Amino acid sequence: MIEKALQGDRRYWTWLLILGAVIAAGTGFYLKQFHTGLTITGLSRDVSWGFYIAQFTFLVGVAASAVMLVLPYYLHNYKAFGKITILGEFVAIAAVIMCVTFIFVDLGQPFRMLNIFLHPSPSSLMFWDTIALGGYMCLNVLISYITLKAESKTLPPPKWIKPIILISIPWAISIHTVTAFLYSGLVARPFWMTAVLAPRFLASAFASGPSLLILLCLILKRFASFDVGREALRKLAEIVTYAMTVNVFFILMEFFTTFYSGIPEHAEHFDYLIHGLEGKHGLTLWMWISWIIAAATLVLLINPGTRRSEKILPWTALLVVVSIWIDKGMGMVVTGFVPTPLGHITEYFPTLPELMISLAIYGMGMFIVTIFYKVALSVRSAVAR
Amino acid sequence: MSDFTRRDFVKAASVSLTILALKPAANLLALESLPELSPLMAKRWALAIDLRKCLEEKNCVKCIEMCHFVHNVPHFAKPKDEVKWIWKESFEAAFAEQDHPFLSADVKVSHPLVMCNHCANPPCVKVCPTQATWKREPDGVVMMDWHRCIGCRYCIAACPYGSRSFNWRDPKPFIKKLQPDFPSRMRGVVEKCNFCEERLAKGQLPACVEACEAKAMVFGDIEDADSDIRCLLQTRFSLRRKPSLGTQPYIYYLV
Amino acid sequence: MNDRGKIVAGLIIFLVLITTPIWMNLVAEGDAEGPEIEILTKDVPGQDKCVKSKTEMAAQHMDLLNTWRDEVVRSKARVYQTADGRYYAKSLTHTCLKCHSNKDKFCDRCHIYVGVNPYCWDCHNEPKEFK
Repeated sequence: MIEKALQGDRRYWTWLLILGAVIAAGTGFYLKQFHTGLTITGLSRDVSWGFYIAQFTFLVGVAASAVMLVLPYYLHNYKAFGKITILGEFVAIAAVIMCVTFIFVDLGQPFRMLNIFLHPSPSSLMFWDTIALGGYMCLNVLISYITLKAESKTLPPPKWIKPIILISIPWAISIHTVTAFLYSGLVARPFWMTAVLAPRFLASAFASGPSLLILLCLILKRFASFDVGREALRKLAEIVTYAMTVNVFFILMEFFTTFYSGIPEHAEHFDYLIHGLEGKHGLTLWMWISWIIAAATLVLLINPGTRRSEKILPWTALLVVVSIWIDKGMGMVVTGFVPTPLGHITEYFPTLPELMISLAIYGMGMFIVTIFYKVALSVRSAVAR
Repeated sequence: MSDFTRRDFVKAASVSLTILALKPAANLLALESLPELSPLMAKRWALAIDLRKCLEEKNCVKCIEMCHFVHNVPHFAKPKDEVKWIWKESFEAAFAEQDHPFLSADVKVSHPLVMCNHCANPPCVKVCPTQATWKREPDGVVMMDWHRCIGCRYCIAACPYGSRSFNWRDPKPFIKKLQPDFPSRMRGVVEKCNFCEERLAKGQLPACVEACEAKAMVFGDIEDADSDIRCLLQTRFSLRRKPSLGTQPYIYYLV
Repeated sequence: MNDRGKIVAGLIIFLVLITTPIWMNLVAEGDAEGPEIEILTKDVPGQDKCVKSKTEMAAQHMDLLNTWRDEVVRSKARVYQTADGRYYAKSLTHTCLKCHSNKDKFCDRCHIYVGVNPYCWDCHNEPKEFK
């Protein structure tokens, strides 16, 4: 099966080569960070988590969103997702690998990472997050491998895999819940201390993940002549519609509780996002873009005409991803630190090395997805022949 | 290790228990032969800072300088890389909940010293994924193991007092005058005030307390009803930072 | 399968390469003496013996230091009792280096020879009187 990844046309190899170059460039910057320390990032004593952790959070959502395919297909026997469920699982695997890599590059002493297992600390949510993510990755590797192997032999998947698939459904919910708990249990950060954080994470994950998958499906249709079918795309768009609506609803709930109660240490963070504090407003423009885009996508998604149009859908999907990426990544993580618990305003902007390292990790994820998709599609076309 | 049976385990466990039981006795004996190791001990260490006395020497930074010298705390020109164990904040920053426009002037202009609060419920300890930071029993010092810290900075996110610093780069070239008795740190680990546990172990008071000429800092066993700090807290009105969070800080501010 | 020859040849090359250190060692036998270590410190009064025997220290000093480190930092147990009942403070800087003050000829010589790079010295200092 795997050998299918070694046979490809020129376009395939060029694409992998480009990704390889991006990864190599980022690795160079990482070596510099490794030798000099995290001082080459924009992080500081006041804002000690930034772009890396933001990407981690966003990608946990992408990983969890595979459940939006697995659940209808395996639990409700929704046949239209038969072709794409495995694509969702592959994205989940790549996303988890990217998550772990983002944590790795964020560590001050990365070679001590295994201390998490040598000295397990059940009181730390990071410990549970490691277990949740690791387990989720194993589940998805196993499930996608077994089902694809069965498919290559034109056999139904073995019976014993079914309970494992069923376990993967609540497990997907758990990875993003635990990731939200990582933030929402900290007395020091009122911005994160909200019970709606976990539901909000899930809603935004189920909007951004399937949107990403819509984009991937349309790319496959154009470049790999692989059509997932109109019904699957439409269903995905419906899922995005519900999830995005709920996501925006949750954001508005945050606004209500914060501003109606008016507790300063909660409101200050939102003030920073909306109009800046003490003349510092590095995130304001970004957040307004995110919110306006979110509103626009709701119009495009809820209106059946625009949602079903295959011309407009890729743009809508792209906008959903961008809006949530800004909101959940930078907005969510960085604003927890502005202002600091002492009320100081220190801003944070990622530096070039930070961006290049992040780009390389995304490149690595795309590399993995490309190879996995290549294998899956080759197996399928061989079966069809 | 695969042959390590249940019986072996019981044996090993009983041996180590015996060692644990014998240890205090061995240590006591040792104290006589190693006089430099007669430690100060307490049921619960605490520190009281007299804001009024501290304010009398408005520009005094002796405690800060002494602490940062004995602990090899680096000095960075860029605030981005900053590492600090003890420093002065505005009253408004240190006690946001207590601040109001009509606060008496001497309180308003006081610049409280802030540091690790050695909380009874330290949020940083709860979140550490490697037990690199923990609350020492019984005296409650919140400790750091710089050998074990992986530099995830979860504790920095969790500390409601901003007391923790991260070594964004190798600190050694930025240490003004190296103090050979105490280790410096490597890049990529978190550090903070350790209540001078290395000095307590040698029978010395914390460096900041010793450096303060105005005697604005009183350190002692708060569980001991006759200690100076207990008497002070009984006679003067005191504040703690962010009491509503339930962290139970052990740094008290006399106003 | 007609690739058997290639596969076997590949495996042999791999095995030869991965066992190179063993072959090199056999060829170079006799040279692998190791460096001489020296203690240049003048006698420290009352300290004529190490905390453990010379052979034990040569083989296990890193484990001992590791244990000391954890016990001092984590369990507040700062005093070490030797097998013959002497007491020492568990301290690299203050106990070990008091006698073995010439780090370059005592520690470094061997560490460089065996290619290990303990990072103790990144943070822990040599006592000032010998510097």
